[in-house]
Amino acid sequence: MSGAPTKTARAIAAAVQTGELSAESSIEQALEAIARRGGLGAFLRVDRDRALAAARAQDRGRAAGRDPGPLGGVPLAIKDNLCTRGLATSCGSRILEGWVPPYDATAVERLAAAGAIVVGKTNCDEFGMGSSNENSAFGPVAHPEDPERVPGGSSGGSAAAVAAGLVPLALGSDTGGSVRQPASFCGIVGLKPTYGRVSRWGLVAFASSLDQVGPLARDVRDAALALELMAGPDGRDATAAAVPVPRGLAALEGDPRGLRIGFLRDLSEREGTEPAVRAGVRSAAEALAAGGAAVEETTLELAEYALPVYALLATAEASSNLARYDGVRFGRRTEGGAGPRGMMEATRGAGFGPEVKRRIMLGTFALSAGYHDAYYGRALRARARLAAELDAQLARYDALLLPTSPGVAFRRGERAGDPLAMYLSDVFTVVASLGGHPAISLPAPRAAGALPVGVQLIGPRFGEPLLLRAALALEERGFAAAGVA
Amino acid sequence: MEPVRAVIGLEVHARLRTRTKLFCRCVAGPGGAPNSRTCPVCLGLPGALPAANREAVRLAVRLAEALGAEIHPVSTWARKNYFYPDLPKGYQISQFDRPLATGGRVRIEPPGAAPRWIGIERIHLEEDAGKSLHEGFGDDHSGIDLNRCGVPLVEIVGAPGLASPDEAFLYLERLRSILRATGVSDAEMEDGDLRCDVNVSVHGDGEPWGARVELKNLNSFRGVRRALQHEIARQAAARRAGSATVPETRLWDDARGETRPLRAKEEAHDYRYFPEPDLPALALDDALIAAARAGMPELPHARRDRFAAALGLPEADAHRLTVEPTVADYFEQVAQAAGDPRAAANWVLTELLGLLRERGLPIGESPVAAADLAELIQLAGSGAISGKTAKDLLARVAAGEGRPAAIVEADGLSRLDDAAAIESACRAVLDAHPGEAAGYRGGKAGLLAFFVGQVMRRTGGRADPGRVHDTLRRLLG
Repeated sequence: MSGAPTKTARAIAAAVQTGELSAESSIEQALEAIARRGGLGAFLRVDRDRALAAARAQDRGRAAGRDPGPLGGVPLAIKDNLCTRGLATSCGSRILEGWVPPYDATAVERLAAAGAIVVGKTNCDEFGMGSSNENSAFGPVAHPEDPERVPGGSSGGSAAAVAAGLVPLALGSDTGGSVRQPASFCGIVGLKPTYGRVSRWGLVAFASSLDQVGPLARDVRDAALALELMAGPDGRDATAAAVPVPRGLAALEGDPRGLRIGFLRDLSEREGTEPAVRAGVRSAAEALAAGGAAVEETTLELAEYALPVYALLATAEASSNLARYDGVRFGRRTEGGAGPRGMMEATRGAGFGPEVKRRIMLGTFALSAGYHDAYYGRALRARARLAAELDAQLARYDALLLPTSPGVAFRRGERAGDPLAMYLSDVFTVVASLGGHPAISLPAPRAAGALPVGVQLIGPRFGEPLLLRAALALEERGFAAAGVA
Repeated sequence: MEPVRAVIGLEVHARLRTRTKLFCRCVAGPGGAPNSRTCPVCLGLPGALPAANREAVRLAVRLAEALGAEIHPVSTWARKNYFYPDLPKGYQISQFDRPLATGGRVRIEPPGAAPRWIGIERIHLEEDAGKSLHEGFGDDHSGIDLNRCGVPLVEIVGAPGLASPDEAFLYLERLRSILRATGVSDAEMEDGDLRCDVNVSVHGDGEPWGARVELKNLNSFRGVRRALQHEIARQAAARRAGSATVPETRLWDDARGETRPLRAKEEAHDYRYFPEPDLPALALDDALIAAARAGMPELPHARRDRFAAALGLPEADAHRLTVEPTVADYFEQVAQAAGDPRAAANWVLTELLGLLRERGLPIGESPVAAADLAELIQLAGSGAISGKTAKDLLARVAAGEGRPAAIVEADGLSRLDDAAAIESACRAVLDAHPGEAAGYRGGKAGLLAFFVGQVMRRTGGRADPGRVHDTLRRLLG
């Protein structure tokens, strides 16, 4: 930990707005911090020259009377599975090594248009497949508070960068928990918006029906601001919903009075949930109730199916989404074998890591003739039922409360040989992923020396204002990242 | 020899006539330098996403409407997964369990038999793949052109309702007429607008259908007919020899005139269809359906019936005129302006189409405007010019010399009706050929034709051959 309080994105933007801080020095500070904490492995690429050039241009613009924007001068880190024009995007995979996208992801483009300055690309599990960032082809990311531990994944680099105070804001992507779980491990805020809230254009697909771009931030209002700025329909993504974007999210108040909270207690305290996590969630329920929210214990009957359903659907989609990495048009090609097929096999054999191969094989199997209906078909039907149950619960409650992950950050290598144990760390996050519901992870208060614990709130679809209001209520009651100014 | 019955079903892919591709805004038409008409979406670059082209949907709905299919207000997209170098995403976006439309039918009229309706099973939208180029890249490389990638196609899956290669030909011809008449597709087989896969089996009377063989690589309607003739004969011979036909895919080799089985590896596909998560369900709104129905033309079979019944044309002529909607349009303009449908049909089918064929021109580029042909037909029909003059005149109009009446006027081509003038020409010919005249009178009756020919030449073809004939006989009598 750097020790010094870290400014929020809003504080930086406000200082840049008034001229108290130049965009250039804001970016320089971030670049210095990134260099200083290079050992974390959080960044795969730092875009130093362009970031500084953009900052100087912003400063000149401000001098000429132009508004730097709501995120003016804010250093932004981007998970390496989001396309950045002119800046290599590898998805943590050898197979895409050196590929430079000719376009920006919509989320990146919109935040940049609001003044944010991209300082670099963050490490991640290969194609977003992992919960520890150990599956990156370019090395692991260390937990900012304990180098022996993992930061979570797959947006591990983004989470570590924010938690270590290198940047106030980072983008990640969340397919089954990849924003929320590392936020939980690293003790910061991670928001997965409603599916369809943020365009997926330029987000390299893992499982298209689940993938969402989400912010990792040091407080709820920064996450809310980022969401508001990047959300909304996009002609380039047919699944980006034509739903109006709520405005003024960062100005929401966290009044718990009148909020109806469903505490998924049985689910939260299932076997395997660590005591610190149980305690964290229970204290969230108590804090909300004490603040005047109506907190009720409730259940989610179908939650126990969420993990296998997720495993089938996500791998099935991945097996198709990753078919394009064949060495024909872009990325790495490995010659070998006979004919184009031999080249494709050699390329994929050499280019993908073991976890990606495992999931492609699982997904291919789930979709193959003779097994399609038993696996993929049933999973699809189960998903619809789970989503319906979530919708029904979120008609009764404004938000559901549960842990983000069953445990705290584990030691590197501890689960590397046990994919099932690794998948189990997604048990609480895949629920909202399958339903398409927005969900947020917040750090629970902790004793000195204890590792961070995340609590999760799930909101109604396209009900981010309600979800964020509940999150703010918790934040104001001590569910906040350490050392935020 | 015991007769066998064939069961034939056709799957036709037609390129929709849109300006842009199905899921991106790249130009969709044929042509362009290789890979010049591509973008992140049709190249399948990471992070790129499809957005459906409304015009393509409109055209597919229009076709479904024209075929009388049941149009589904909500259909879904699906991924068909397979690896191939010219398939950038590793899957094709198509429609599978919930297609755009089901049912529908196409009428064919086998000569000498009652018209038959051939059922359609389904109509769906899908994107095209690119092209692999195997020439010019050396032995160990191939080129790939992705211009065609993402071009919108409509697939029309016919029911196995065709009984002969000739019926398959008629079905394709009629389907093409419908595609063109409705403006859904240019349907040029040479440009790859229209592609066809064939399923065929044979069985004896009263027996269940035989094993189904799929034929691929069919590049023309004639090729389809020939391939079917060959394949039916092959299956029938196998049946007589007592060997079973196996269900398989065979490639038609047009140069050799035979089919050969695809290697098992080429055939073993498990497409692992699943709903396309990048695209919401395709919901048809009222405005789109209204736009698809707007200006629906009279369909080719109805037009054929009308030409026969209302205009009194022979069935065969009515059929030939309605194979190409542009020919039918041209004919109708000529028939209406000339006021004589039968003469218009004759002139269009024999003289005009012959002239266009010689010059290799489509009717849309005919050097003879419909109004000019009508004028010419009227001149001939009224007796103002002779038939011979009329044919010469067509060539001169085609050569751009002017409108028919103006040429007739300028060159004095109107028919020689003056009896005295005809007689004077006949006398002059007889005077010039005294020997032949004596020969005729001596019994060589065949020489009369010679004299007629000489008189026609002398009058520049303007004299009525009948009257010349009568006058000569009188003078020689």
